[in-house]
Amino acid sequence: MTEAGTQDAPPAPDRVRRSGRWVFVTGVGLLVAWVLVPIWLLLANALSAPAEVTAFPRSIIPSFDTASLEFFFGFRGVLDALWNSIQVASVTMIVAIGLGAPAGYALSRFDFPGKEAFRFLVIMTRAFPLPLLALPLAVMFIRTGLDDTILGLALVHATLALPFAVLITFSLFSGIPVELEEAAWTLGCTRLQAVIKVVLPLAAPGIAASAVFAFVISWNEVFAAAVLTIENRTLTAFLLQSLDVSPLHLKFAGGAALVIPALLFIFAVRKYLFAMWGIANR
Amino acid sequence: MNKLETLKAGAALATMTLLAGPAAAEALFWSTQAKPVEETQAMREQVLAGFEGGVDYQGMDEGPWLTRIQAEMQAGSGTIAVLGGLHGDLSGLGEGLMDLSAIDTSVIGDAMLELGRLGTDQQLYVPWMQATYLMAANREALQYLPEGADLNALTYDQLIAWAAAVHEATGERRFGFPAGPQGLRHRFFQGFLLPAYTGSTVTEFRSEAAVEAWGVFAELWSHTTPASTNYSFMQEPLLTGDVWIAFDHVARLADAFNQRPDDFVAFPAPAGPEGRAYMPVLAGLAVMNTAPDAEQSMALVNYMLQPETQIATLRATNFFPVMPVDMPDDMPASVQAFAPAIATMTGASDALPALLPMGLGELGGQFSQIYTDTFEQIILAGRPVEATLDAQAEVLRALMVQANAPCWAPDEPSDGPCPVN
Amino acid sequence: MPRALPYLLLLPATLFLVVFFLYPFVNVAWDSVTRGGEMTLANYQRMASHWKFPTAFWNTLLLAGIVVPIQLAMALTMASIVTKLQKGRSTLLYIFAIPLGISDLAAGLIWLAIFEQSGFLNSMLYGLGVIERPILFLSYQNTWVILLAIVLAEVWRATAIMMVILVAGMGLIPKEYGEAAEVFGASRWQRFTRVTLPMLKPSLQTALILRVILAFEVFAVVVALGGTQFPVLMSETYQWQFTMQDRGVAAAYAMVILGISVAFTLVILRLLHVPKEARI
Repeated sequence: MTEAGTQDAPPAPDRVRRSGRWVFVTGVGLLVAWVLVPIWLLLANALSAPAEVTAFPRSIIPSFDTASLEFFFGFRGVLDALWNSIQVASVTMIVAIGLGAPAGYALSRFDFPGKEAFRFLVIMTRAFPLPLLALPLAVMFIRTGLDDTILGLALVHATLALPFAVLITFSLFSGIPVELEEAAWTLGCTRLQAVIKVVLPLAAPGIAASAVFAFVISWNEVFAAAVLTIENRTLTAFLLQSLDVSPLHLKFAGGAALVIPALLFIFAVRKYLFAMWGIANR
Repeated sequence: MNKLETLKAGAALATMTLLAGPAAAEALFWSTQAKPVEETQAMREQVLAGFEGGVDYQGMDEGPWLTRIQAEMQAGSGTIAVLGGLHGDLSGLGEGLMDLSAIDTSVIGDAMLELGRLGTDQQLYVPWMQATYLMAANREALQYLPEGADLNALTYDQLIAWAAAVHEATGERRFGFPAGPQGLRHRFFQGFLLPAYTGSTVTEFRSEAAVEAWGVFAELWSHTTPASTNYSFMQEPLLTGDVWIAFDHVARLADAFNQRPDDFVAFPAPAGPEGRAYMPVLAGLAVMNTAPDAEQSMALVNYMLQPETQIATLRATNFFPVMPVDMPDDMPASVQAFAPAIATMTGASDALPALLPMGLGELGGQFSQIYTDTFEQIILAGRPVEATLDAQAEVLRALMVQANAPCWAPDEPSDGPCPVN
Repeated sequence: MPRALPYLLLLPATLFLVVFFLYPFVNVAWDSVTRGGEMTLANYQRMASHWKFPTAFWNTLLLAGIVVPIQLAMALTMASIVTKLQKGRSTLLYIFAIPLGISDLAAGLIWLAIFEQSGFLNSMLYGLGVIERPILFLSYQNTWVILLAIVLAEVWRATAIMMVILVAGMGLIPKEYGEAAEVFGASRWQRFTRVTLPMLKPSLQTALILRVILAFEVFAVVVALGGTQFPVLMSETYQWQFTMQDRGVAAAYAMVILGISVAFTLVILRLLHVPKEARI
């Protein structure tokens, strides 16, 4: 087993290596620019004065006018909405993984009647437009008292995220040799212990990926959030759904106000997401 | 097993905050208007702050707005105190709305109150605020105005000549029209273009005059920026300079005037052979049968109808009061520009008011779609005018019969459903 | 192994989906086959006979057909780069994963600001002296430019999710396989196509199914960039549900989206079938 950090690049003739390296570095640079430039444009404009945003040609260097951004942070309830978003997204993440991972494990390790029917149900869930499901769901929630709660919205978001959780964990578990588990059994582990001690550490990066994905689905979902929460608005429902009809400088500021927390969140879990690289990379 | 610990801790933290605490019983104002964030803010801080007990003002897109209302109606209980919406938004909700006859509406004009009855004998919604559509132009464009044309009494032919002159001089098509997904294009055809040429919205839908009207619009379109199919609000392209002459709802032009008051002029819609047709915009307030506290809802509706609230609403949204009020002098630039233009348009000797659709109920959206489809087929897809009008006229006739809606102005009153010749 | 175990493991997820998906779904599906309380196919007929339906249908397929292969190639490239890198890979991975956190509404906003007439692209071209006056990119007359803009925006926005899944999948491939191939003289490209890709099949399957299904529901970016001139199934669903307030026809559209999603899912499952014996 080689540790990732100490492994040397494969030996290759010098010239091939040099030109290959050049192509590689350029490619990476282009991809990075491809991802970052649009974000930069958004942030630069969020930090520009209204008149600059509608001027032509547009400047891509901001004047650091924070009036537009301040407008959003002065919005009554914006912090509550941010906190609601984080709560809903966290609960979504937990419900989706908590329900999805066992199902993914079952799908990968057992052959049983009804397996295909279950996969079909799971896939179908995501292939149907949510805005139409929102009406019957809202009726149900109002009747049962789940309406306008963090939990209620998180359950709907978990429905959106669950299929991803199931499919991702299914392929992850499929990729982990069952022999490893069997070896653990022969060493005296129960099935549960084998899963916790052998399978989970190996699957952790993938599970984290699917958890982050669940979080992001919830964070960005606006329709159900707008219909199912009243007092407990999420940030997306609070800001974004009316952005497209707002003046340009506020569109950018609102967009930035929404993107920045998401960036920070991904940054925060980045360590968690990739810290286990060494284990997974064997 | 560090990450598992972290996971567990995260899970515990999240479960603790599962159910948020109870919120204050503010009246929930569920509205399709004043959606732009600045207007929402102004509604909350300047218009509704004075209402005792507090108001939670939510400006929503039509989708979630309607879904929530339908859900509360079906569930038989709700949290929404007051609904705010355009005539078209509210007209499909008839059966779920409370009769508001008890509210004092004596200062509001009869024509508007009639619209609020939605064809019943109950006051299902109360007029809240009104507006209309206007033309706006960048001052740079004024130098190309055709000779002898009076900005305050333009005809469609002059408008075309003007847009053509701008096109020729600058090399750009600079007339702008809100043909985007959320644009109010259908109202232009229903209330401006077709009545100006046919004197009718429904009955003369496929007349020779209607063919002429579409021909006129096709000509105007040849000087209209092709980006128009992306525009929902004309204030932005006016500000960026992509568009020099535009038609839109006043509330959707306002930002241009407020940001750069000296650069733009507002003026009335043009006239056709049958007159200077124009359509009002009416927003209303309604209370659902499922409102949690009907008394509070009524009080809020009443509050919205006070003259001071109406003026504050005008400042916030650029929608005008539904009753006569004394305007203060320090109104926003947009209001100062619009008020005289509206007065000129409605007071013109050839003025031809076209009312909002009446009696269509929830078919109002499909009614408007007929005009949008006609526009997209004739102008954008380039289909033959006569054949398209024939086909759409059949759809229109079927819709009128289904709704059993009699004609409304400018069409002649009818017994039974409004005929389509 | 106890026979009930897989069912026990599936039970919570199944119950959950029955309550929060199947119940509302049956409601909507019922809407699609009834009109005024009677069973009928009128909604489907109305949908199919509307003049925009064929355009919306083919646009949706066309868009998915262009976007998904590009995303697959890019996601594989990004994942390989990240896997191969010695230094700074978590920073790079973070950068590549950024679009994951951006909603489709926000993405539509950003890309509209790039492509509109007084947008960034024109500003840049103008600044470089390439053009004398702004070009109108998003015109209803050049649907292909609109298509190109939508493709770029979608590729930018939604490649990250595939990449994350593939990175996780690549992490599970034992290093020894690649090293063994190298000993036998396999080139980089051969190692990629003969070792990495086959071993990656389960992850590829997942990533493709997820992307394809979401591609059929593309909406906000299309509306932002294409306005009314690039109808897709989802935008028509919205139109019927909320503007025209005809729930039956909207439900019929939703059933069509479901139908093509299921069909393509089955195709992908078949194409990327992983036989049990062939798993690691």
